[in-house]
Amino acid sequence: MATIDLSQFHQTFFDESREGLDVMEDALLKLENGSDDPELVHAIFRAAHSIKGGAATFGFSDVAAFTHVLESLLDQVRDGRRAADEETVELLLQSVDCMRGMLARSQGGAAVADATSEALRERFAAMLGKPAEKTDAVAAAASRKLPVDGWRIQFRPHPNLLRTGNDPLRMFRELALLGKLVVKQVQVLQEPRPAFAELDPAAAMLGWDLELRGDIQRSHIEAVFDWVEGDCDLEIELLHDRRAQAQAAAPAPAANDAAAHADAGSIRVSIAKVDALINMVGELVITQSMLGDIGEHFSMDRLMQLREGLAQLDRTTRELQESVMRIRMLPIAAVFNRFPRMVRDLERRLGKHVKLELHGESTEVDKTVLEKIGDPLVHLVRNAIDHGLETPEARVAAGKPETGVLRLEARHEGGNVVVEVVDDGAGLNRARIVEKAIERGLVRPGQELSDEEVAELIFQAGFSTNAEATDLSGRGVGMDVVRRNVNDLGGSVGVRSRAGKGSTFTIVLPLTLAIIEGLTTEIGSERYIVPLVSIVESLQLKVQDVRNVAGGGELFHFRDEWLPLVRLYAAFGCADAVTRVEQGIVIVAEAGGRRVGLLVDALVGQQQAVIKSLEAHYQRIEGISGATIASDGSVALIVDVDGVVRVAGRRRAA
Amino acid sequence: MSQNEEQAGNVLQQLTFTLAGEEYGIDILSVREIRAWSRVTRIPQTPDYVLGVLNLRGAIVPVVDLRLRFGLTREGYDGATVTVVVAVGERLYGIVADAVADVFDAPEGKIKPVPELGAVVDTRFLKGLVGDGERMIMLLDVERLMRPDEVEALDAVLPDAAEVAAAA
Repeated sequence: MATIDLSQFHQTFFDESREGLDVMEDALLKLENGSDDPELVHAIFRAAHSIKGGAATFGFSDVAAFTHVLESLLDQVRDGRRAADEETVELLLQSVDCMRGMLARSQGGAAVADATSEALRERFAAMLGKPAEKTDAVAAAASRKLPVDGWRIQFRPHPNLLRTGNDPLRMFRELALLGKLVVKQVQVLQEPRPAFAELDPAAAMLGWDLELRGDIQRSHIEAVFDWVEGDCDLEIELLHDRRAQAQAAAPAPAANDAAAHADAGSIRVSIAKVDALINMVGELVITQSMLGDIGEHFSMDRLMQLREGLAQLDRTTRELQESVMRIRMLPIAAVFNRFPRMVRDLERRLGKHVKLELHGESTEVDKTVLEKIGDPLVHLVRNAIDHGLETPEARVAAGKPETGVLRLEARHEGGNVVVEVVDDGAGLNRARIVEKAIERGLVRPGQELSDEEVAELIFQAGFSTNAEATDLSGRGVGMDVVRRNVNDLGGSVGVRSRAGKGSTFTIVLPLTLAIIEGLTTEIGSERYIVPLVSIVESLQLKVQDVRNVAGGGELFHFRDEWLPLVRLYAAFGCADAVTRVEQGIVIVAEAGGRRVGLLVDALVGQQQAVIKSLEAHYQRIEGISGATIASDGSVALIVDVDGVVRVAGRRRAA
Repeated sequence: MSQNEEQAGNVLQQLTFTLAGEEYGIDILSVREIRAWSRVTRIPQTPDYVLGVLNLRGAIVPVVDLRLRFGLTREGYDGATVTVVVAVGERLYGIVADAVADVFDAPEGKIKPVPELGAVVDTRFLKGLVGDGERMIMLLDVERLMRPDEVEALDAVLPDAAEVAAAA
C-alpha cells in the first residue's frame, strides 16, 4: 500500500473544522436562547467529534487532546448528566474561539497550545471531575498524573473496517510514533477460515494484540483509533496495572461523510446550478451541429435556417454566460452568520439588550462581493450597537422597549444587491455631529445644513462623535473606511436617520464584479466603455450652454444644475478627437455622489463587458477601472468616472 | 562541441532579435509567443514606451516598444516588426523589436557582466553580454524593462531589503 501524503488534506481539514466550529457556535447560541432541541446538542457533539478525529489523523495532537476533553463534557450534556446552563455554554463558546486560534496556529505551523487553551482545558477537567461518574477523560486525566509503563491494546477490526477507508497499517505507524510498538499476537478472526478462493480481500480478518511501551497519554492512543470507533472492538489497558481498565468509548455517531469540501480558492456549487449548465452546453452542442450542417451543405434557400441557428446560438451563449455567472453567486448568509455571536458578545460588554433580526439571508451575491462586504458590515453593526442603540435605562426613559432591535436585511433590487443595517436607537446626534464638524473645520459655524448634509458628514475621514473612543468603534477609522471599501466594490453607502427613532444604513452593491453593462463610446480613433449604471443621460450641448469658470474649469447647464464638464480626450490624451462641444456628445454620469458631464465624440452602442483587471496584468491606471475584450478581439478600456474626474481636476491644476 | 559545453557548464538558449542594428537576447524559456506587429490599445497616463495592451487569447498583455524604452526613435512599424510575448513570473509582457534574428546557445560560463559605462550608455536593462566571434549579444532583463523609472530611482536610493534586515 502506497503511503499517502496526508498534508494534501490539511487544507480540507482546516476548512471542515472551521465549518464545524461555525455549526457549534450557531447551535450554542440557539441553546443559550432557550431552545431545548436535542438535535442541537447532537450537532455540537458531531462537530467536535469530527474535528477531534481529523486533528488526530493529521497529527495535530494538541487540537485533538483539547477537543477530546470538550467532547467528554458534551457527552455528559448529551446524556442529560449535565445541564446546558449558562456557564457551560459560555465556556463552550470560549472554547470555540480558542479552537479557532489553535487551528489558525496549526495552519501557520506555530505552536498550538497556549495559555488560553490550557486554562480552558483545566476548567473542563475540573468540571468533569465534579460528578463522580468515571469517564474516559477522568481516566485519561488520572493516567496523566502517574508515569505509565505502556499500554496493552487489543484491536479487533470488524470485517467492514477496510471498506470505510481505514488502514490498520497507517494507525500502527502512528502508534509507533508515540512509543515502542510491539506486536504480541496476530489472530485470524473468522473461523472457520475461508478457502483461499472465497477470500474477500476487502474484508478485515485479522486482529492484533499490541503493546505500546512508553509514558504515553491514553488520549493520544485513543486519538489514533478515533476514526474506527464503531468499526472495531478496542480494548486499551495499562501495562503495569490491569485494574485501571477502561472500556473504549461507546460507538460514536458515524463520522460525517467526507464530502468534497472547498478550499480557500474554490466554491461549493449546488447540483441544480451545474445541471443547468450542462443543459445549456447540451443546447450549444445541438446548435453547433445544426450550424455545422448548414455550413457543409449551404444553399441560398437555407439562409433562413442559418439566421435562426445564429439567433439560437446567441440566446444559448447568453444563457450560458448567465449560468456560469450564477455559479459564482453565494447566499449572503455566509456573511450574516457571523453576526449573532458578535451581537451577543457586544451586548454583554456594553450592557445593552439587542434583538438581532436577519432577513433575506438567501439573497445571492457574487463571491468576490461576499468576501469584501464582511468588514464594512461588521463596522456598521458595531457602530449601530455602540453608538446607535441606547442603554436599557435610556430606552425605558424614552418610552421604548428595553430591548433594541437591530435588523440586517439583504435583497435584490434591479441589478444590485441592497444590504440594510437598521436600528431603532437614538438616531444620529445632529448637534454633536455639527459641533464636531465645526471643530474639525469641515463646516463653518452658523452654516445651515440639511439632514442629508449632516448625515454625509459622518462619512468624512477621521470623523467620530463618541467622546471617548471605545475599543469597539470610535477610533477615528470609521465610516470613511466603510464608504471607501464599498466604493471600491463599485457600490455606494448612505444613511437615513430620525432622531429618537433610529438609523438605517443602506449599502448598494453591484450583483457581480465580473460583468458590467457598458456604453461604448468613441474618442478619436479609440474606444472607451462607460458603465451603464453610472450614466444618467446623454445629450448634445450648444456652445452657449457651456461656461468657463475661474481656474480653468467648464460648467454646463443640465436641468436645474450646473455640472462640471470633463473632456475625456484631454483627460486620456487621445489624438484626433472632437474638441468642439457642439460636435460631440456629453454623457451625464454620476459617481461618488456627484454628477459630471463627459465629452466624447460619439456613442457606438451598448454591450456587456467581461471585466479584466489591468492592475493584475500591468498596473493601476487612474481613471480606468479595467479592460475588456471587444467583439473585434481588441482590448477596450472601461472608464472609472470617479477617477477620471480626479484626473481632469489635476490636469487643470497643473 | 560536447567537450566545450562541459567546460562552460549549462547552455542558456537565447532568442535574439535586432534593434537599431544591435542584437539582443532573451532567455528562450521565458518566450511564450512571437507575433507579427499588430495595433494595440493605448492606455492613458503611461510612459510613451508603453504602447498599450493587446489581447492574447483573453489575457491582457502590456506591450513595450524597446526603441522608445531605450530612448531611440521609432520610424514606423513594418512587416518585420515583431512583438515577442515573454512571461515574467505570472505576468505576460509584449516587447516590440525590429526583427527576430536567431536562437543562440550561450554557455553560462561565457556570459560576461555588463561593464560599468557611466552615464554614456544606459545599461540597467541588461543582465550580461555574450560574444561569439564578431557578434555581441546583449541579454535583456525583462522585469526591469517594465518597471517604471520612478521605482528604479527609488531602488537606487533605498537600501536593499537584506541590508535593512541585517541592520535591524
